[in-house]
Amino acid sequence: MFWNRKKYPEFWNAYANSFQHKSPAFEELRFVVFDTETSGLNPKEDALLSIGAIGVRNKMIRIQDHFEAYVNPKNFKKETVEIHGIRRSGENKISEEEGIKNFLGYLNNAVLVAHHAAFDVAMINAALKRMGLPKLKNQVIDTGNLFLKSDFKEPYKEHYSLDHLAKTFNIALHDRHNAAGDAYITAQIFVKLLLHLEKKNTLSLSFLKRPAKRIGLL
Amino acid sequence: MNTIPLRIADHIKNVPPFSYLEKETLYQIASEVVVQYFEKDDSIFTEGGEIKDCFYLVHEGAVGLFSNETTLVEECDEGDLFGLRALIRKDYYKLSAVAIEETILYTIPAQAYEDYLKNNRQASDFIINSFANKLSGKEMHKRLSKASEVLLEDSIRANFSKNPITCSDETSIENAAQIMTVKRVGSLIVEHDKKPLGIVTDKDLRIKVATGKFSIKEKVIHIMSSPVICASPDISIAEAQILMMKHKITHLCITADGTMDTEVIGVLSEHDIILIRENNPSVLIKQIKRSYSASDLKDVKEKSNQLLQQYIQQSASITFVSKIISEINSALTSRAIELAIEDLGSKPPVSFTWLSLGSQGRKEQMLTTDQDNAILYEGKADPASKAYFLKLGKMVTNILHEVGFEYCPAEMMASNEKWCLSMEEWKGQFKKWIEQPTEENIMFCTIFFDFTSFFGNESLITELNDFITNLMKKNKIFLKLLAKNALQNPAPLGFFRQFLVEDSGEHKNQFDIKSRAMMPLVDAARLLTLESGQIQRNTIERFSSLIDDEDHNKEIYENCIEAYKTLLEFRTDHGLNNQNSGRFIVLDDLTKLEKLALKGCFKAVKEIQNLIMVRFQLAQLL
Repeated sequence: MFWNRKKYPEFWNAYANSFQHKSPAFEELRFVVFDTETSGLNPKEDALLSIGAIGVRNKMIRIQDHFEAYVNPKNFKKETVEIHGIRRSGENKISEEEGIKNFLGYLNNAVLVAHHAAFDVAMINAALKRMGLPKLKNQVIDTGNLFLKSDFKEPYKEHYSLDHLAKTFNIALHDRHNAAGDAYITAQIFVKLLLHLEKKNTLSLSFLKRPAKRIGLL
Repeated sequence: MNTIPLRIADHIKNVPPFSYLEKETLYQIASEVVVQYFEKDDSIFTEGGEIKDCFYLVHEGAVGLFSNETTLVEECDEGDLFGLRALIRKDYYKLSAVAIEETILYTIPAQAYEDYLKNNRQASDFIINSFANKLSGKEMHKRLSKASEVLLEDSIRANFSKNPITCSDETSIENAAQIMTVKRVGSLIVEHDKKPLGIVTDKDLRIKVATGKFSIKEKVIHIMSSPVICASPDISIAEAQILMMKHKITHLCITADGTMDTEVIGVLSEHDIILIRENNPSVLIKQIKRSYSASDLKDVKEKSNQLLQQYIQQSASITFVSKIISEINSALTSRAIELAIEDLGSKPPVSFTWLSLGSQGRKEQMLTTDQDNAILYEGKADPASKAYFLKLGKMVTNILHEVGFEYCPAEMMASNEKWCLSMEEWKGQFKKWIEQPTEENIMFCTIFFDFTSFFGNESLITELNDFITNLMKKNKIFLKLLAKNALQNPAPLGFFRQFLVEDSGEHKNQFDIKSRAMMPLVDAARLLTLESGQIQRNTIERFSSLIDDEDHNKEIYENCIEAYKTLLEFRTDHGLNNQNSGRFIVLDDLTKLEKLALKGCFKAVKEIQNLIMVRFQLAQLL
C-alpha cells in the first residue's frame, strides 16, 4: 500500500525507477555479467569481499562498461581470514554499503548474468538486507543453465564448473579467482553460448531464462 | 586501474602500433575496446560499404580480406590490424572482411586513433607504412635494420667491454689487486661518484708496488694514472688507436659523453682492438695465402665465422657482408686447389676452371653449408685428363670438408665423375638439359646455371656462357618450363599456422624460409636474366640489372631486392643464433614485427610471380 511504503535512500529509488523504462529489443538489451568474491559459500553467514562486472550488448563485450569494487567485509568471521587468505593490500577498499550503492548505480535495469547466478544474487541480496533494502529487481540468467541447453552438455551431468566451460570454449583462464577476472571469463562464455545457441534457437530473454529440460530424467 | 582493461592492455601491448605507446595510453585504449566474436564465414564489413566508426585488431582466429567477394587478397591473423585505411581516408571499404575461422576481434573506436595513435610518431609511421605499401620488404627492411649502406672497417665502432671493473678512491692497493685478480682484468678504473678519477693497470702494480715504492696498504689513488683518458661510446677503432698511441696508453675509459665529468660506462683496451683487427677481411685473406694445410684454412674459416657474427651484430649492410664472406670462401677454395695441385706433384694437363654452384656460385652463401662444385677442363673428353681432374676434385673436396664445408649429400661435387667434365662434355650436358627439360633436368638447371669460377681459366666460363645463351634463344619452351618451375612455391599470403609451416618430418611446425621465401626470388631472378641473356649470378645483382633494362618494372624489382636482403639477413642472423643453417624457423619465436617484415617479403614474391605468370603466358600450363 502506498502509505505503507518505506522511505528508501535516493540511490535505491534511482535504481528502482530505472525499471520503469520499457524493456528494449533483445539485440539492444544490456547484460551485466558479474561475479562476487566471498568469504564462504553461505550467503547468510559469509562476507562479501568484492564485486566485478562487465557489460555485454548485442554479443559484444564492452570493456568501458566495467565495474570493480573491493569492500571491507561486513559479515566477518575471524577464522575465514586464514582459510581464504582474503587480506589484500594496495586495493582501494570501500564500505559494503558504498560498494552496493555503486553497483546498483552501475547496474540499473540490466539483465544480470552469472555462473551459478543464484549464489551471487543471494550474496548481493544478503548485503541489501543488511542495509534494510529489498532484493535485486533485475532479471537473471545463469550461464550454468545456458550450458545445459547447449550441445556440449554431457548426459547425466547437470553441474558444470566455470573452468569446465572455459575449457570447452577455449577461453584463457587469466585472473581466475578475482571477481572482475571471473566476470570477464563468464562474459566470454556467455557470448560464445549465445552464438552457439542461436544456431538452433531463436534467442529471446524468456528462452535464456527458461530452465533447461531435464531430458536425462524423463 | 581495473582488472579487465588491464587484461586487454596486456593483450595489445606487444602488438605494433600499440607497442609504441606508453602504459597509461594503452590502458586508455584498452578501456575503449569492444570485444566481438565472429563465427566462421561471418561478415565483418563489406566492400563498398559505409565505414564504421572503428577499426579492428584480430585477437584470436583469422579474417580474410576479399575483393569482388571471392578473391582472397590478404589473411589477417592474431595481432593484425584492419579496417583502418578506410577510416583514415574517410571513404568506403575497398575490401570485404570475413571471418575465416572462429574469430575474436578487438574493435577500437576511431576516436582512439585520433587521440592516441595519430600523434605518436612511431605508431603513425607504422600505420602509414602498413597501408601505403602493405609493408613491402623495402619499408620493413629499413625499419628492422639500423644498417648503414657503407661500412668502412675503420669506422666500425669499437666494441668496448660494457661492464667496467671499478673501485672507489678509498680502496687500498691490496684490495685493488685482489679485485683485479678475482675479476681477471688488467686494469681497474678508480671512480668517485661514478665519475672516473684515474686508472690502475698491471703495469702500475709492477712498477710502483712490486718494486717497493708503495706499500700495499696504501690507497690506490697514490699509484693510479690520472687524469684518465676518456672517450665517448661511439668512438671508432681508428680513433681509439690514435688516442692510445698519442698518450702512450693501453686502456681508454668510456664515459657517457667522452669527458671525465660523466659516468663510466666501459673500458676499451688495446687487446680489444687487436681482436677486432685480427678478424678483418684483408688480414684473413693474407692468412689464407700463407696457409699450408687444411687445418690452417679451418682456422681462418672459423675466424671468418666470427667476423660474420660481428658484422651481423653491428647491422652491417647485408650486401657488403655477403661480398666479404664470398671473397673469403673463394680465397679458401683457391688455396685448397693450390695445395691439392702441389700434393699431386704435377701441373694440370690442360687448363681448367673450378666451378662453384648454387648459393656459393651466386655469392650468397653466408653460413657454412654444403659444398656444390664441379670441374670444367678445356677441349674434348680425355681419359688421362679426366683421371687427373677427378683426383684433384677428390682432394679439394676433402680439404674443403675438413675446413668446414660439408659434403653435398647429392654428390654434386667435382669428385663425382658426372660433374668433372671437359668443355665438350659440359656443352653436351647443358644441351641435353635445355632440349629435354624433364622435371629432373630442370632441377639440375636451377643448380648448375648459377656457376661461377672460383679458380682457374675464366675464359672457359665465358665460352660456356655464350654457348648456353645461344642455345636458349632456340629453345623457348625451356624457358617456359623453367618459369613454371619458378612458380612451384606460390607466395604465402601471410603467416597462417598450418598453411605456412611444414606439416611433417623433423621440422614439423616450422617455417622453411629457404624454400618458401628465398628460392622463389632466386628462381625468378635467374629465369628473368637468362631470358634477357645476362650473365649475373648474384640474386641482388640480377634484379639490379633487370631494373636497368625494364624501367617500367622498377618498383617490383626493387621490392624483390629489399625482400631478398631482408630474408638473407634474417636467415643469417637466425642461423648464427641457433648454430644451424637458419633455414627452419619456429613461428612462435618470431615477434609480430618480424612476422610483418616476412609478410612484406611474401608480397614481393607474389608480385614477381605474377609478372612471370603473365610474361611467360603460364596460365594454360598451370
